[in-house]
Amino acid sequence: MPTSITVNGTEHAVDLPGDVPLLWVLRDALGLTGTKYGCGVAACGACTVHIDGEATRSCQVRLADVWGEITTIEGLGNPDALHRLQAAWIEHQVAQCGYCQSGQLMQAADLLARTPDPSDDEIDAAMSGNLCRCGTYPRIRAAIRAAAQGA
Amino acid sequence: MASIGKIARRTFLFGSVAILGGAAFGAWYVAQPPANPLDPPEGETAMNPFVVIGDGGITLVAPRAEMGQGTRTTWAALLAEELDVDLAHVRVIHGPPAQAYYNTAMLAEALPGKGYDASEMRNNFAELVGRAGKLLDLQVTGGSTAMRDGFERLRVLGAATREALKEAAARRLDVDRVDLTTEAGAVIAPDGTRIAYADLAAEAAGIDPGEVVLREPAEWRLLGRTQPRLDVPAKSTGTAQFAIDVRLPDMRFAALRRAPHRGGMAAYDDRQAARMPGVERIVDVGDGIAVIATNTWLAQQAADAVRIDWAEIPPGPATTDEMFAAIEAGFDSDPNSTMRDDGDADSLPDGAVEITAEYRTPFLAHATMEPMTATAWITPDGLRLWCGNQAPIFTRDACANEAGIDPEQVEVNTTLMGGGFGRRGELDFSVYATRVAKAVPGTPVQLTWSREEDMTHDFYRPASIARMRGAVKDGRPVLIDAAVSGPSVSRQALDRWTGFAPGGADKGHVDALFNQPYAVPNYRVRGYLADLDVPIGFWRSVGASHNGFYHESFVDELAHAAGADPLQFRMDATYDEWEPAWRVLEAVRDLSGWDAGKPEGTGRGVAMVYSFGTPVAIVIEVQDQDAAIRLTRAWIAADPGVALDPGIIEAQLTGGMVYGLSAAIGEEITFDGRVAQQKNFPDYEPLRMTQMPKVETRILQVQDRIGGIGEVGTPPAAPALANAIFDLTGERARELPLRKRFDFVI
Repeated sequence: MPTSITVNGTEHAVDLPGDVPLLWVLRDALGLTGTKYGCGVAACGACTVHIDGEATRSCQVRLADVWGEITTIEGLGNPDALHRLQAAWIEHQVAQCGYCQSGQLMQAADLLARTPDPSDDEIDAAMSGNLCRCGTYPRIRAAIRAAAQGA
Repeated sequence: MASIGKIARRTFLFGSVAILGGAAFGAWYVAQPPANPLDPPEGETAMNPFVVIGDGGITLVAPRAEMGQGTRTTWAALLAEELDVDLAHVRVIHGPPAQAYYNTAMLAEALPGKGYDASEMRNNFAELVGRAGKLLDLQVTGGSTAMRDGFERLRVLGAATREALKEAAARRLDVDRVDLTTEAGAVIAPDGTRIAYADLAAEAAGIDPGEVVLREPAEWRLLGRTQPRLDVPAKSTGTAQFAIDVRLPDMRFAALRRAPHRGGMAAYDDRQAARMPGVERIVDVGDGIAVIATNTWLAQQAADAVRIDWAEIPPGPATTDEMFAAIEAGFDSDPNSTMRDDGDADSLPDGAVEITAEYRTPFLAHATMEPMTATAWITPDGLRLWCGNQAPIFTRDACANEAGIDPEQVEVNTTLMGGGFGRRGELDFSVYATRVAKAVPGTPVQLTWSREEDMTHDFYRPASIARMRGAVKDGRPVLIDAAVSGPSVSRQALDRWTGFAPGGADKGHVDALFNQPYAVPNYRVRGYLADLDVPIGFWRSVGASHNGFYHESFVDELAHAAGADPLQFRMDATYDEWEPAWRVLEAVRDLSGWDAGKPEGTGRGVAMVYSFGTPVAIVIEVQDQDAAIRLTRAWIAADPGVALDPGIIEAQLTGGMVYGLSAAIGEEITFDGRVAQQKNFPDYEPLRMTQMPKVETRILQVQDRIGGIGEVGTPPAAPALANAIFDLTGERARELPLRKRFDFVI
């Protein structure tokens, strides 16, 4: 029986077993490929989405257990209507390979929603679960600070 | 078209001669110019292999892999600078696999010679030239070569194209070409008439513009300034398409499970797995199985459920200890190379103080954020392939061979890549995708490796051992006698690419050991190759990734033996040898406030490594925080000669350093029964944001050649950190990763 989930404001009926992780529902069934697979064990943060506004590792949430409305990077903003963090990411030219950046942005959006003006230590602590192999950390810090101050 | 081709060939000839310093290859090359691979639709004109102009606007071809290093943006800027177009108004594509896009600078890197000392005779090219037909297929992104390759070649192409367009306009308007100017994709006549390039392209394609003169750097609009990267908006909105994001009609998703010891498969039983949800097909791939399903995760679950008897463990060293024993045994053979042998390294100068030290570094995985993935689709016409790859021609040929078709029947679409670091120069992920797709002709299949498959089936940075002997006298180094042993990356990787492994001296094996710009009167560097068949490959900065650690840790030990300040010791030893090396040391001295002394409770370390044509110095500051080490600050200075895009260079230097620090602190691949013991990020832990120091960077342009930038930040990172830890704790780290001996703040 299809499971109903709401992603970026749109309801979807998903015909997959209930134990399929949300990550693979989004990517392979709904075609929302902005959310990335990095490790499958909640160690890298590339798959971060929001469920009812809270940053969540989508590789660890079974389809049957989704408890609220999902927001992915595609719903955070889009090229024509950027979220302020996305604008800051572009302004600070954060991305290198870019693969982890969807997850970084979703984590940062959760941080600013809870802590509108985070300290450097608060930024580091909130972002430490999101790996970046390209080493874009200094620009991520700068972009988060800029987005916070522009709020 | 032919005329511009002639100009282009002259340029290639000039470029080859200038870069290679020898005429043989240039003359050979000019005799066999590669064809223009572009075949644009009606209304579009391919001016040369890199510029297409027509109704659809202007398209620039940047046939180098974008793995985060910004190469696509700067490659396009080199063309756009002389062509007088704005980057915002052109389309930039990767283009097809083609010999026209082969990498001239990569060949130069393979030549003997220290690099900074270019007067060396380069006489060992004969074997490579003998194989040169295959080397034309070297459309490879790697070796920090893209800008060294494109700097001259692309500006001349841009200028020649511009002048041909102007000549077409001059003939149409019946004016002299010199009276015309160009701006934003249009030719401007003296009376203000604007003719768009698109209106002129078809006429211009037949025009020989004669000699072209390149603009002086002072006239540059784009180069030398930070450009907004072309790929950043898409990468900030989740709309960038990586190989793993390719979606095709009725596509299926596949998972792979191969022999963990790489010794093959004896038998398998898929009865249970075949009945699992979403599973459509289980494919025998020879050394393992693949599952084709409707969803990647369902495919992964079924792959795990297949009961497999692996073949016997292959003979040879099976544990990390046995592998290091083989590396130690490498020292007992004759040296593969003695690329530096100055003075008399066998004796000790009178009155000198001698020290010796042995260092070790481990096997390392690439661990790109995007695991290996490729999509293959067998169609009636051949094979269509989508993958992030650093070597399109080799990829095409290997997949054609796998599919049993001609290379011309393979379409290679090179996507953005979620990290490369050398791993995506390999062909395995594309070949396995092709093998799986063969089982379901007509259906596109995306094969994504799990993180565990990716980490346990890497081509690793090899482990190695260095034995260092040196001496100081009167506060100066008077002897460095270095020997390094490890398996040869070049031989393995070139054999996988081209089917032949060049013999002779392996330069990459001793890179950043034999060619360091220090004046030391007695200086010998010998490379020993260990007989070890662990799969190894190019890993960001290759041999320099370990040799930089060996050389610069040992130079630090020499400085302490001499009772000298380690930074001043290096400055004194580089001053007469090569000024750019001295300058980058001076820059980090000033940036870090070295001479003002260090804050209480901190340690500082410095390292300087010359690699890929660029000297880079790093100072790292560490602090004792509740008996754990915290990296607080880092200062980087580099001299790539010409800073084509300072923003991208700063990002690459910082990122290269982080890659090196990650490995230095926490990364290690170990083996048991030939199986890699680290399977995912919890076992193989890169640097996280809480560990990231604050970074300041300075870019110098003192040296008179253009150097690489993508890898050069990595080699000095580990020794700068280890030297800082010595300064803080008095303990000398001679083995990586450092977390085995020191606690770090996490």
